[in-house]
Amino acid sequence: MNNTQFFTYLLIMSGVTYLIRALPFALITRKIENKTIRSFLYYIPYAVLSAMTVPAVFYATSNPISALAGFAAAVVFSLKGCSLTTVAVIACACVYVTELLV
Amino acid sequence: MNNYIRGLKSGIPIGLGYLSVSFTFGIMAITLGYTWWQATLISLLTVTSAGQFSGIKTMLVPGNYAEMVISQLTINVRYSFMSISIGQKASTRFSGLKRWILGFFMTDEIFAVAAAEKVVGAAFFAGLSTIPWIGWTLGTMVGALMGNVLPAKLLSALGLAIYGMFIAIIVPEMQKVRPVIWVVLIAVALSCLFYYVPVIREIPSGFSVSICAIAAAIVGALLFPKDFSDEEEAYDE
Repeated sequence: MNNTQFFTYLLIMSGVTYLIRALPFALITRKIENKTIRSFLYYIPYAVLSAMTVPAVFYATSNPISALAGFAAAVVFSLKGCSLTTVAVIACACVYVTELLV
Repeated sequence: MNNYIRGLKSGIPIGLGYLSVSFTFGIMAITLGYTWWQATLISLLTVTSAGQFSGIKTMLVPGNYAEMVISQLTINVRYSFMSISIGQKASTRFSGLKRWILGFFMTDEIFAVAAAEKVVGAAFFAGLSTIPWIGWTLGTMVGALMGNVLPAKLLSALGLAIYGMFIAIIVPEMQKVRPVIWVVLIAVALSCLFYYVPVIREIPSGFSVSICAIAAAIVGALLFPKDFSDEEEAYDE
C-alpha cells in the first residue's frame, strides 16, 4: 500500500474516532436536568460493561474453563469489595493457575 | 499532581490488559502486510480495539473511504454516550481545551474507571489515560516487531485483566443499587443474543455493544428513574 493511501485512511479512522469521543465531551457541558436522561446516563456504564463482559469473557483465555475460573474469582473478590487492580490481578492469577492444572 | 498520580495508578491494570490485545493487533497488522511503524502509528493515533481491527481490513482496498467512515461510526458510536456520561461527572474546571484534548482517550476501559469516580477531574483523567495509551502503542509495536514474545499462558491470563476490572466496577454497584441488577441482566441477555444467534451475530461487536447498552439503559431509565437529589453537592466539589 502506498503512503498516500495509508495516511488518508489513517486520517479518516483516527479523525472519525476522535470526533465521536471529543465532540460530545467538549460540547455537552451543561448539567442535564431531565430525570430520565440522567438515569439513562447513570445506567450506561454498567450496561456497556456488562454487554462487553458476557459472554466475551468466557472466550478471553485459551480455554473456557480457565476463563470461568477467572470470572468466578473476579465476582467473589468484587463482592468482598476489593479494588479494581486487586480483582484484575487475582482473576489473571486464577486463570494462570487453572491452566497449569487443567 | 496527587490526582495525576492517583490516576496513573488506576491506569496500570488497564495498561496490562491492553498488552495482550495490542500484541494481537500488531501481529495481525504484520500478517496483513503493514509495516511495524504503520501498525504502531495506527494504535498511537486511534486507541480503539474493535475499530482498529476492522479498520486495517478496510484499508487494504483502495478508495474504500466512505465505508471506513461508516464502519468507524457504527463500531465507535458507544464512545459518544460514554463522553456525555463522563462529561456530566466532570469537575467544573475540567472544561474547554482540556476536554478537547483528553476526550481523545475515552476508551471503554478508561471510561469504566472514570465512571466509578464521583467527580472526574482533568488531572486524574490525564493520569488514568497515560499508561493505557503507552501500553496500547508499545504492545502493538512489540507485537509487530517480534511476534508473540510473551509465553502463551501469560498472554492467556492477561486476557482476563480487563474483564476482571469490569466486574469489579459492576458488582459493587449491583449490591448498592438494586435496579442496576436489572439493567445488567438485560444487557447480558441481549449481548448473548448478538453473540450466538445466527445472522445478527454478524453485526460488528462494537456496534452490538452500543445497541445492547442503549436498550438496557433506556429500560432502566424508564422503569427505575434514579433519585439524584442527594448527589447535587458532589458536582460542585
